[in-house]
Amino acid sequence: MKYEVVIGCEVHVQLLTKTKAFCSCENRFGGIPNTRVCPVCLGLPGALPVVNQKMIEDAVLAGLALNCKVAAVTRFDRKNYMYPDLPKGYQISQYDMPVCTGGKLDIETEGGKKSIRIIRLHMEEDAGKNLHLEDGSGLSYVDFNRCGTPLLEIVSEPDMRSPLEAVSYVQGIREIMKYLGISDCNMEEGSLRCDANINLWIYEDDKRYETPISEVKNMNSFKAMRNALKYEIKRQLAEWQEKHLSLMNTGKVTRGYNDKTGETVVQREKEEEADYRYFPEPDLKPIVITKNLVAETGRRVGELPAAKRKRFVSQYGLRKGSASVLAASKALSDYFEAAAKGYGEPVKIASWIITEVGGYLNTEGLTIEEFSLPPENITRLMEIVDSGIISSKIAKKVFARMAGSGESPDTIVKKLKLNQITDRDKLEEFVAVVMKENPQSVADFRKGKDHAIKFLMGRIMMLSKGRANPQVSAAILKEKLNNG
Amino acid sequence: MDQIAGKSLTELKRLLDRGEVSALEIIKAFKEQYESDRKKPAPLNGYIEFFNDAEELAVKADEARKAGTSGILEGLPIAVKDNILISSRKATCGSAILQGFTSPYSSTVVERLMNEGIIPVGRTNMDEFAMGSTCEYSVYGPSKNPANREYVTGGSSGGSAAVVASGQAPCALGSETGGSVRLPASFCGTYGFKPTYGSLSRYGLVAFGSSMDQIGVISGDPDDIALVISVASGFDSNDLTSEDVDFSALFPLKRMRLKGKKIAIPEELSGEGIDKEVGIVLERFASWLRSEGACPETVSMPLLKTTVAMYYIIAPAEASSNLARYDGVRYGLRDITGNNLEDLYVRTRTEGFGDEVKRRIFLGNYVLSAGYYDAYYKKAMQVRYLLKKELNRVLKEYEYILSPTSPVPPFKLGTKIDNPLSMYLTDICTIFANLALLPAVSIPAGTTSKGLPVGMQLTGRMFDEKGILRAAKTWFLKESRGEV
Ligand SMILES: [Zn+2]
Repeated sequence: MKYEVVIGCEVHVQLLTKTKAFCSCENRFGGIPNTRVCPVCLGLPGALPVVNQKMIEDAVLAGLALNCKVAAVTRFDRKNYMYPDLPKGYQISQYDMPVCTGGKLDIETEGGKKSIRIIRLHMEEDAGKNLHLEDGSGLSYVDFNRCGTPLLEIVSEPDMRSPLEAVSYVQGIREIMKYLGISDCNMEEGSLRCDANINLWIYEDDKRYETPISEVKNMNSFKAMRNALKYEIKRQLAEWQEKHLSLMNTGKVTRGYNDKTGETVVQREKEEEADYRYFPEPDLKPIVITKNLVAETGRRVGELPAAKRKRFVSQYGLRKGSASVLAASKALSDYFEAAAKGYGEPVKIASWIITEVGGYLNTEGLTIEEFSLPPENITRLMEIVDSGIISSKIAKKVFARMAGSGESPDTIVKKLKLNQITDRDKLEEFVAVVMKENPQSVADFRKGKDHAIKFLMGRIMMLSKGRANPQVSAAILKEKLNNG
Repeated sequence: MDQIAGKSLTELKRLLDRGEVSALEIIKAFKEQYESDRKKPAPLNGYIEFFNDAEELAVKADEARKAGTSGILEGLPIAVKDNILISSRKATCGSAILQGFTSPYSSTVVERLMNEGIIPVGRTNMDEFAMGSTCEYSVYGPSKNPANREYVTGGSSGGSAAVVASGQAPCALGSETGGSVRLPASFCGTYGFKPTYGSLSRYGLVAFGSSMDQIGVISGDPDDIALVISVASGFDSNDLTSEDVDFSALFPLKRMRLKGKKIAIPEELSGEGIDKEVGIVLERFASWLRSEGACPETVSMPLLKTTVAMYYIIAPAEASSNLARYDGVRYGLRDITGNNLEDLYVRTRTEGFGDEVKRRIFLGNYVLSAGYYDAYYKKAMQVRYLLKKELNRVLKEYEYILSPTSPVPPFKLGTKIDNPLSMYLTDICTIFANLALLPAVSIPAGTTSKGLPVGMQLTGRMFDEKGILRAAKTWFLKESRGEV
């Protein structure tokens, strides 16, 4: 049977603004239930929303990065439905005047580059969380800490033709949002959530039949997303063969993915679909987005990860893997480029930043933005290694100290006397050369003229350009002279 | 000091400032007035609660005056409608559904007044959620008209008008969505003022029709209103629909030279449909204006005929959404006798809301629902825009619009309670100011042959609170000297 898979995605991204969308409560994941709340996000009588300006800026930034058109005037609307995690009985969202429309995101597919069209991007507030006790009491609780967290909803056209493409698309969104620093896009914590609308176009008897659309929810990882969509394709094919139901007969159903069974189950049929009775939010005036803000924000978008990745490969000769890691964050890629500037071997710098800097940040629990070491210090450290003054093993020690103290690599090398040669084999070589070249002094020493040792030490220092460790060298020299 | 009860806020302030009376004496006098009325066979039922710590607060106010740390309203009493929040006080909006709710925060208006030392002395009765024109739709039973206890006070701020008219408070806060301050002021024979939408913050005013809601003031003296507005008005960062206005110099009001002022009397609110006795008072008021040198003339504004229809689409639509939060989950009434979430919602709301509130929730949900939105809500908003344009055009040529506050004089309790449509028509003269956001004041301008009060209404240009209050003051001065 000939068929085509058709997928469109609705992606929700939680923003990392300091405060919530419409109140001044701290916007952070988790916390003791109902501690990050106020009259506004609890929906108390008389409370009114106040728009977080940063949410609007982030939405414009995200929209521009996704090649969207930014509205000159945007407006909030109320989406009315009752649920315990929704304290006002409506969600402040956007309906017919979203902040951004008409964008696209390019993804890589087996057949090359493909553009996925984006219908719209809008702002809304997140709901709280219902917690159902599983102790047989039947009790449920609500935690409103998450309530009012700013969200961007990004809606695509049904342009994806396989689960793989859908995953690439969502990964692309995630990459950009993380790169812009507006969301951490953690699927497990729910800061990135994707609902996929999927159906099949089945070609039979020279006709095209469309199977009922499933809106698939609860996909908490990319793996879950791939599996859920694969399952849906199988299920819809089987259903088609058995019942020949088409979109015309049944419309859309909401199905939830169960990670344990690998299956999707019906959550809501079409008839149960809510009428959200949208209307303009009377508590907020329409928002004018100035050309200035759009222009300024446009400059902030700059080069996005995909383009940057390509350039890192062609300009610096990085491998794809390293290029991806560095291009994923604006701060990290800027750091790399600053360190690589004027240094002949960017590949070496890249691997240093990825392993050493990356490892340091990981153990210290820091972000690259919080990392205060100037990138030039990394460059200088590389140069010191290249000149053979210290080994790359020692360089790691220097880095550890410099990352903590902020001292320059030269200072650290000097302070720790890392430039001294203490390696016994190397020093023995020096001693041997000097003894060979100065037989007279050797003979003098052996005759009891102790001052000869001073002369020989001077020769060793000259030969090692002053880097030989004096104590160790002297000990070796004495040993050799006495054993002679 | 005899006869404290019955004096205006302004007079009491003068006495307090001069040290001729203490705050404690004032509060005691009003409390006594309230308590003696409660012992009567048909109490006015203006207060839902007279705060039993009011006297304690008065003692503190007297101490503050002695210490020289007093605010400009230190120790002055004010009654507050049951839908305007005061921190740590109950607020029920005259509804069973909010039984047990204590507000954790104060409305901005109350907070600003309290910062200047005012003492809220009690909560006043109202139609449930401010939906009603008679104050009969209250879970606490109707308030009664001090002029004749068989008559309604008008609504929804009926309790506020009753306590002021009967000397149980010098001044009261009410709230308006479609005339709820002006109408009871007119029925009870006091001044009632609705500011321009945005002059006072709505933060902490329990929402009914958000795009029209506005706190208003009721008093026997226009200067009291000016005093309260001068302290409470101006931009509030908790209400983005509030405006950056400066009315700090509003008090004390100067009288207005009316000479040459053009005043429009809408044909639609002065002829057919207006009670004969009301018409006589209107004529008398117009001839007073003429005697002052003003030029009242009849003007046709056909859209005024559509205001009731418009209002009863827009206000219920907003209300249906605003009242969705009363679901039994977080505060107020909660019926958990059922088996599931749906039962919790249905039982709580069935018990908690009265008939009129239910009627408007149904109406609001209906006009917002898919397939009806365009025909009702959207159309109403379009006509509202036209109405604003028409009124602003008239107000360019004319200084004020004059009409009766109500087409009918006060009527007997129970006469309209079962006929919502006839009840709704009581608002025909007041609604347009709310729809068009304009400031308006109801002036006690006369009585019927039975001695029932009749109010006249002056509506002004956007943010011209000063103009209409000064005109009201001019009437007040003449009237109190018996010169009209
Ligand atoms: Zn909050």
